[in-house]
Amino acid sequence: MLEIKDLNVFYGAIHAIKGISLSVGDGELVSLIGANGAGKTTTLHAISGLIPVASGSISLAGEDLRKVAPNKIISMGLAHVPEGRHVFARMTVEENLRMGAYVIRDQKLIAKNLDMVYAHFPRLKERRRQMAGTLSGGEQQMLATGRALMTDPKILLMDEPSMGLSPLLVKEIFSIIENLHKTGITILLVEQNAKMALAVADRAYVLETGQISMSGKAKDLAEDDRVRKAYLGA
Amino acid sequence: MSTFIQTVIVGLRLGSVYALIALGYTMVYGIIRLINFAHGDFIMVGGYTIIFTVPLVLALGLPAWAAVLAAVAVCALVGMGTEIIAYRPVRKKGTNMSALITAIAMSLFLENLAQAIPAIGPNPKVADQIFTAGGFKIGSVTFEYTTVITIVISAVIMIVLYMFTQKTRLGRAMRCVSEDKSAATLMGINVNHTIILTFAIGSALAAVAALMYMAQYPRIYTTLGSDLGIKAFVSAVLGGIGIIPGAVLGGFVVGLFESFTTSYISSSLADAVVFLILIVVLLLKPAGIMGKNVGEKV
Ligand SMILES: Nc1ncnc2c1ncn2[C@@H]1O[C@H](COP(=O)(O)OP(=O)(O)O)[C@@H](O)[C@H]1O
Ligand SMILES: [Mg+2]
Repeated sequence: MLEIKDLNVFYGAIHAIKGISLSVGDGELVSLIGANGAGKTTTLHAISGLIPVASGSISLAGEDLRKVAPNKIISMGLAHVPEGRHVFARMTVEENLRMGAYVIRDQKLIAKNLDMVYAHFPRLKERRRQMAGTLSGGEQQMLATGRALMTDPKILLMDEPSMGLSPLLVKEIFSIIENLHKTGITILLVEQNAKMALAVADRAYVLETGQISMSGKAKDLAEDDRVRKAYLGA
Repeated sequence: MSTFIQTVIVGLRLGSVYALIALGYTMVYGIIRLINFAHGDFIMVGGYTIIFTVPLVLALGLPAWAAVLAAVAVCALVGMGTEIIAYRPVRKKGTNMSALITAIAMSLFLENLAQAIPAIGPNPKVADQIFTAGGFKIGSVTFEYTTVITIVISAVIMIVLYMFTQKTRLGRAMRCVSEDKSAATLMGINVNHTIILTFAIGSALAAVAALMYMAQYPRIYTTLGSDLGIKAFVSAVLGGIGIIPGAVLGGFVVGLFESFTTSYISSSLADAVVFLILIVVLLLKPAGIMGKNVGEKV
């Protein structure tokens, strides 16, 4: 589904991503874990075209994403839940969700997807007329996720969905991720919460200062001594 | 009593012109956080376009005000051109300060360019009658047609603009881009196109403001934009820059204060009072009347 080869990204003189390669297969849930500043967000931004890429290839279902304008990528079936939610604070919950379907012209399809999102997140339905800026952190995360689902994407990129949430909400968010995965959606999950990220994923990559240091089955990585020491606090 | 009502009406007329212009400042600021110093000069561009097209329009058997259509087109093009040629490249490479300086440079460029065009030159020009002269009386209060038309048309435009931003696909895209450009891109919105559209609308409003202004004061000169622009800018800041209803409110507040000061105190104090109000409001509410005090986004 998603295939990245020898990706290099710079911020001025800073070499943030140093030739990484990774892939996400159809229907897989792949986690990308790593410390703060490792380059996880940069990797997702490169995929979505939000930052320029120096070299390497990024392909989605065989199509070269680097040739696609950033605002056209969503139409190819890739949706991105950005780090820090980035909901539109001065719009209502429902307006935010409808913005998620901006590229869809068919009103019936939008209504259908809206129902699907409300089925996943009943709380959003209760609050559909509320301004997004007044939601709690957990609700904003649900909104950002729901908004990304409004195009019924083939692949979902999620950047630190558990950031800043209470332990109870972290559990809730991860169970939502698992449910989405069960419905067949392909997910690339970026997390600092390695424990949870490895628990839900099929496979995982460990990113260290812009390079992939380890990769493999999530189960195996969760038992690896180096991973346990560095990321699981064992 | 009739003086009071007359003063209110004049205030509303001035206020509608200021509000139309303030909308241009506020929309552009809202979307790219830039104070477009050249916006005032778009009014001047619109004004001269009207002066030069009125004879043409009359020759075609149309009413004089139809010249505003040409002004709307010319202003929209100048606004879009300014964004594409001057602001966008600087925004990509430069800092906020270099963008601001580019805007000031653009303003001076337009004013000097106008003076350099032989048909315009440094001396003021006088416009033809734009709307039907005269008016009607209700009791002892006179309503000039020009005044009534100005207030009504401006009100209609503002309502349409508000509905556009709230209810249409493009209007919503505009609000998204002004809130969060990268999230807007992720939704599939073309951010650059949306910014260009914002410039087109803001500049078109300046053209309408030029018509309304000239209907009342049929004299136009190359630095008209700076004079009128500054009051509209004060209106936008007063109402809360970046907030569309704020620009409208600010415009009417400035218009009414100017009108009341002129009628009851002295016309030479009108501008001073306007700036005094600005200072007082900003001291009490730094983000403007309708603004939320959330600290400057940089
Ligand atoms: N806009 C930027 N300008 C300069 N450096 C940046 C920028 N964004 C991120 N970086 C740097 O790139 C590296 C990777 O950052 P990021 O991808 O945000 O890491 P992560 O998401 O894993 O925490 C860090 O060293 C960070 O300081
Ligand atoms: Mg990050």
